[in-house]
Amino acid sequence: MPIIINDTSLDVPADPRVTLLDFLRHHAGLTGTKKGCDHGQCGACTVLVNGMRINSCLALAIAHDGDTVTTIEGLGTPDAPSVMQQAFVDHDAMQCGYCTPGQICSATAMLQEIAAGWPSDVSTNLDGDISASAEEIRERMSGNLCRCGAYANIVSAIGEVAGRDRV
Amino acid sequence: MTGQFTQDAPETECLLDSMRQDVIGKPLVRIDALAKATGTATYAAEYPVKDCLEGVLVTAPFARGRITGIDIDTCLACDGVVAVIDNEKLIARCAQGTAGEAPVQEVRKVAYWGQPFALVVAETFEQARDASKHLKITIQDDDLSDIPCDPQAVEPENQQYSSQGDLPHAMTEAPHSVDAKFTTAGHASAAMEPHAAIAQWDGQTLTVHASLQMLNYNISELADAVGLEENQVRIVSRFVGGGFGSKLGISAETVAASLAAMQLKRPVRVAMSRQQVFQCVMRRSETSQRMRLAAGKDGTLQGFGHEALVSNLPDEQFAEPVLQSSEFLYAGDNRLLTLDLARVHRMTAGSVRAPGEAVGMPTLEVAMDMLAEACSIDPVELRLKNIPDRHPMKGTPFSSHKLAECLQQGAEAFGWDSGLRKPRQRREGEWWIGTGMASAARVHNIAKAKARVTLNPDGTALVESDMTDLGTGTYTILGQIAGEMLGLDPSNVLVDLGDTRLPRGPGSGGSWGAASIASAVYVACKAIREKLTKYANVTEGELNLKDGGVEGGASFAQLLGDKELREEGHYEPGDIEDDYVAAGFGAYFAEVRVNAFTGETRVNRMTGAFGFGRVLNERTARSQCQGGMVWSIGAALTEALHFDPRDGHLVNCDLAEYHVPVNRDVPELEVIMVEERDPAASPIQAKGIGELGMCGGAAAIANAIYNACGARVRDFPITPDRVVACMPD
Ligand code: FES
Ligand code: FES
Repeated sequence: MPIIINDTSLDVPADPRVTLLDFLRHHAGLTGTKKGCDHGQCGACTVLVNGMRINSCLALAIAHDGDTVTTIEGLGTPDAPSVMQQAFVDHDAMQCGYCTPGQICSATAMLQEIAAGWPSDVSTNLDGDISASAEEIRERMSGNLCRCGAYANIVSAIGEVAGRDRV
Repeated sequence: MTGQFTQDAPETECLLDSMRQDVIGKPLVRIDALAKATGTATYAAEYPVKDCLEGVLVTAPFARGRITGIDIDTCLACDGVVAVIDNEKLIARCAQGTAGEAPVQEVRKVAYWGQPFALVVAETFEQARDASKHLKITIQDDDLSDIPCDPQAVEPENQQYSSQGDLPHAMTEAPHSVDAKFTTAGHASAAMEPHAAIAQWDGQTLTVHASLQMLNYNISELADAVGLEENQVRIVSRFVGGGFGSKLGISAETVAASLAAMQLKRPVRVAMSRQQVFQCVMRRSETSQRMRLAAGKDGTLQGFGHEALVSNLPDEQFAEPVLQSSEFLYAGDNRLLTLDLARVHRMTAGSVRAPGEAVGMPTLEVAMDMLAEACSIDPVELRLKNIPDRHPMKGTPFSSHKLAECLQQGAEAFGWDSGLRKPRQRREGEWWIGTGMASAARVHNIAKAKARVTLNPDGTALVESDMTDLGTGTYTILGQIAGEMLGLDPSNVLVDLGDTRLPRGPGSGGSWGAASIASAVYVACKAIREKLTKYANVTEGELNLKDGGVEGGASFAQLLGDKELREEGHYEPGDIEDDYVAAGFGAYFAEVRVNAFTGETRVNRMTGAFGFGRVLNERTARSQCQGGMVWSIGAALTEALHFDPRDGHLVNCDLAEYHVPVNRDVPELEVIMVEERDPAASPIQAKGIGELGMCGGAAAIANAIYNACGARVRDFPITPDRVVACMPD
């Protein structure tokens, strides 16, 4: 079975060593997904697999046969950016921009996790409503490093989207 | 045509203030933000190049000795392998910033653990990575007991010594004094984009897409390393995924990719692994320091001593300039400043964001906090009291000085309680809460720069330079400078950077990028304006440009017909560099909580007030300040390179073990940009802001920890174990 990447079907690579990340960057030509560490330590490679965020450097492409992958390019384009992409632009939630696609993919899925009621380390209770407070956002986005230190603006960008979603 | 300007005196009249477009300083959205947010900004390793081979660097697994043999056959027998490059032109170390020539190239003579010595090239990355593990070498490694690895255990070389008056005497005479020793750990830049390059060779020209900060120097370094003339080399770096010093000079991947492409006549891509970035790119030296402060009853400084020991590899010129701002930040007649350098076999030490002040300022500012306590004076007050009128040793005037304003405005915004301070006054559950502050200072650097500006009759303009934008906002601010000067909406200014085919900029580093390149663009625009005065038949003072033409008059199309106006601006700092002490100043205020049982520190909030001359874009400048403050948190609490004393290797060579601040480590950061124009800093009256945000911020946190729980930790980073060890019972 092929992998569906942003609505395009691609055959899995013959070489079983190819990570999902390298498959995206080298085979699919989708270089929006970044490699920062190749070891699951930075979040730059975050993509959505069947709607959930994962570090694509820690996944082998062949293991995702039949899965649906959404990358930063699939979330929106310069002509039609997603709400989250636009919020990152508006809040200057980036500097060098290298962590940015991973942050945006991560944030997109993270808000769904909050909406689904998944608790985090800072949640006060394990079930029930969780609000997308700054503290929840900080905790849940801590797998996405930003060496430029754009965190404060990242939190406000995501906060804006979370607020908008709530109304 | 060229406009040339060498700045020998302050530029008190800056045209930017009388222009009509009104875009300079405005918080315009970063031009490249949408490209970055949609993944369409292209970084070095991402150019689609046909038939591209993949190279993986191989590094030495020992600290010092020789590689006596490389058996490439096993490797060549691996699937897909095309070649093993073990050419004598490979570089063993990265080039220091502004080197302009190849660094050490003897790759078989190993000087540190992790030194690159070969490149395995294959059809795919997976093949190259696998084969690189099969490269067999024979080595003659020196016995570790003979290799100097510990800076404390070596006889150091003196790098800097300046003395005035008699510090020891002042220390004994003074009613209040502080004499304290500190250490700071080594740091890694850890830019998110690992070093990468794609090299292409067409038999005549070497074209390299690389991730570099200073193309104006990098082109000479690369040409020298691979044995080509500069006119045979083209480097392109349009987007750089962070640099922080680590990409000032060329590194192994750029040279290896180039040599491989030239030998194999196919394009070659080389990206360092994260581990390699840690192991063979620049580190910031660890330091040990001694601070001596002597003060009168009222806190007036009479003696000031700062001594530091740093390290580097043999033959490297760079010594972490720890004392840089100590030279002029505070008064005190009796002074002693010394910097020593120990030669050790750890990877090259070089510039990491804010070289010098990043580690010198935190210790000075903790010592000042200790002095404030000794004198029973408010720490803000103590600093205000000791701001000198001139450089305390040279007597040179300051170009402009906003430390007092930063201290006052920062204190007010933060809600600083200026009463008498005592540790352990506030407790919430397990947590001690406290506040602390520190001054910020960072020398202002400025460099020679060229830029070309073209004004088109259709009301658009083009700005060109080989300058880079590391996320600093260069693209955006240059559009604003040209827009302001030529009366154009910045969206009608195309800024083309990061290509050595364009005029030589200053490069990005040392916080000099923005002021230098923007000055070159300013000079070019001035020359265009001069021509326009003839077309419009007015004087410069009467030439009011706005929205694509003369305000309320002819458009550029009407004025110019089909003629474009093109000028190159050359800016060069002249006597201003010697006649003034120029620096950015600031103040940090932090509130922390410290866990009474575990010693863990969390930063609750932080305020920074900075004066760095004219603000070119309020939005990108704020982001730069915040970024620096985040680095202050890392330097204060978590960042440290650890070397294994048994074999000299860097133990924590990845992002799981080297702890940069994560989102949850960073609270809300309040940034105040103090109004300032500095006419002796640059013709546009701006200074740099890329580094000031981390020049002392760690001390505000350290002082807040003391105020919270009474632990005066003098070793950075202030990890929980150190807090617990210093916590009073
Ligand atoms: S590249 Fe995957 S987590 Fe860093
Ligand atoms: S924007 Fe540079 S690492 Fe996040």
